[in-house]
Amino acid sequence: MGFVEPNNALLDLWLDRAENQTDKGWSGQQRADARARVQKMGLPNRRDEYWKYTRPDRLTEAAVPTAELLSSEDQEIFSGFEQIKIVFVDGVFSPELSDALDGHDVSIELLSQTRTQEGHWASDIFGQLEAAGQSPVERPLAALNTALAEDGVLVHAKGATSKPVHLIYLRQNQSCDVMLHHVVKVDSGASLSFLESGAVGARSNLVLETDIEAAGSFHHVRIQGRDHQRLASTHQFARLRQESTFKSFTLTANGALTRNECVIELLGDDGIAHVAGACVGDGDFVHDDTVFVTHDAVGCESRQVFKKVLRNGATGVFQGKILVKQDAQKTDGYQISQSLLLDEDSQFLAKPELEIYADDVACSHGSTSGAVDEDALFYLRSRGVPKALATDMLTLSFLAEAVDEIDDAELINSVVEWLEGWLERRRT
Amino acid sequence: MLEIKNLHVSLEEEDKQILKGVDLKVEAGKVHAIMGPNGSGKSTLSYVLSGKAGYQVTEGSVTLRGEEVLDLEPEERAAAGLFLAFQYPVEIPGVGNMTFLRTALNSQRKMRGEEEMSAAEFLRVVREKAKSLKIDADMLKRPVNVGFSGGEKKRNEILQMALLEPKMCILDETDSGLDVDAMKLVARGVNALRDENRGFLVITHYQRLLDHIAPDVVHIMADGKIVKTGGPELALEVETNGYSDILAEVA
Ligand SMILES: Nc1ncnc2c1ncn2[C@@H]1O[C@H](COP(=O)(O)OP(=O)(O)O)[C@@H](O)[C@H]1O
Ligand SMILES: [Mg+2]
Repeated sequence: MGFVEPNNALLDLWLDRAENQTDKGWSGQQRADARARVQKMGLPNRRDEYWKYTRPDRLTEAAVPTAELLSSEDQEIFSGFEQIKIVFVDGVFSPELSDALDGHDVSIELLSQTRTQEGHWASDIFGQLEAAGQSPVERPLAALNTALAEDGVLVHAKGATSKPVHLIYLRQNQSCDVMLHHVVKVDSGASLSFLESGAVGARSNLVLETDIEAAGSFHHVRIQGRDHQRLASTHQFARLRQESTFKSFTLTANGALTRNECVIELLGDDGIAHVAGACVGDGDFVHDDTVFVTHDAVGCESRQVFKKVLRNGATGVFQGKILVKQDAQKTDGYQISQSLLLDEDSQFLAKPELEIYADDVACSHGSTSGAVDEDALFYLRSRGVPKALATDMLTLSFLAEAVDEIDDAELINSVVEWLEGWLERRRT
Repeated sequence: MLEIKNLHVSLEEEDKQILKGVDLKVEAGKVHAIMGPNGSGKSTLSYVLSGKAGYQVTEGSVTLRGEEVLDLEPEERAAAGLFLAFQYPVEIPGVGNMTFLRTALNSQRKMRGEEEMSAAEFLRVVREKAKSLKIDADMLKRPVNVGFSGGEKKRNEILQMALLEPKMCILDETDSGLDVDAMKLVARGVNALRDENRGFLVITHYQRLLDHIAPDVVHIMADGKIVKTGGPELALEVETNGYSDILAEVA
């Protein structure tokens, strides 16, 4: 075993970065608690059970990394939609580029602007879902985020919201670390569509905590930016009450390292939680989805659908778990993770897990890894479609099951177009 | 149109010879039929002609309108005018039938140095051709062959053929799995494409398709070779007596 830097020395370097730790305000206690949590856990290291496949080093190193800015003429994704734009440049909120935060049928505030206030609705959620999500599997990077993040949005949907809230992450500086912590609350019967796009920073650590009350509905679509060397860690924590719905889809292209964790707790009967991801990686690319869905109520449905296209030595990782507690009867759990390996240098590492304590459940899971279907490829070519184009069509076909998890036809179209662009740029 | 000379084919994976010297010449404007018992090599011939991987040509040659075919990639063969209606059309989830058809058509046009067909023109042409094959809008929208019945799949093959307007059409067991009505529909589609510039090779196990697509020449294939060639009456002979008599006769 090689030399592993003592975690606490490294952690201290991180914790020393915080400026306002003396702040009290509504989130002061949560930050202090999170600081204590992460100090107890230490930063992740590669001996940790859920960091076996993906080395955490580049996410925890103290030195601020550099990632070249992607020069691209692309139109911004989702630009054609009615939306409320909230723009962060290198993790700093930009009032000039953003729409006004007020005047909408959804309440939007900034963590940074409310911090000194003494009470806030978000205090029941901020750091709380993250703390609950530390067991049974520790997620130190999320606790670190709670302790240190200076900004993020606090979004409160009180009814049906007419426009999606779109967080746009732009980059200006080649070298920077970004931490943002978002909190979303969807009231009983309310609904919200929440979009995120962009590369965030050279390295980023994002946390999104979502609390959905009875019969509330949350729809999330996220496009992680294409900058090649960027490093990203994200955590989503969601808590679902009775008959509520959570649907989240993430598209990732490029990026040297991406770790997306998703922790969902179904706490009310008849809830629905779908989490899906599609990623395309070419070359220097490690992409890790680590998902934990807990069924703790009767009659809930959960789906995990993850598809990874890997080429030129790209690596995909999937660690997905469905935990069905003893009283969670009539659970319907589904999990699929698949990779399309476009050459022999690429690899997919999967760890699907089911842990079931209730007796009346229907759970299924599957994981596969394979090359392009030769029969389908021949069929397309026999109709005159050149091999490279046919391969791309089959790549899109492979990703379709995940992309179709998006609950909106227009959003699906823009995601497919975006994927087509990515494939086209690589077509020889 | 299509000239096959002394074609010998083995499997790439195992040392097994499947075609053992096939000679065949399909002239423009003619319909040739190949009949033969299961396992005689009919599908293999159609695959080798269209360029499927896994087969090795050990001897012989194939030309399409004078051009050597066996050196070409499958997509180049398609652009050169070769079309195979598959015995088992492949399902491709996530690729819309329309997208597939348009991509195929425009890829071929591009390879031939022709102008691509506009979206509007394409839509008009597809709708018209789909209608005569009783292919509805829903089938055009759905992913390629996914959830199609056997008959729908075969009709979709004929639609592709009608749209791509190939010079040489090979149909592999297009009648299998079809009821009489569906078979008539398919036959009508094929007959509509018959003209003096186009050749057909209709592969079938049974005679019944040939009641609807009248062949000019009928070949009997057995054990990787054409063992007998004749007129339409040969198909009727197979129908009444089965293959055993013919095979005994040529043995
Ligand atoms: N890819 C293959 N692998 C193994 N055997 C094959 C393959 N393709 C054809 N064959 C064999 O070649 C022979 C001819 O098959 P085929 O061409 O499908 O005949 P037909 O279409 O006349 O029924 C059969 O014995 C079949 O099993
Ligand atoms: Mg056959």
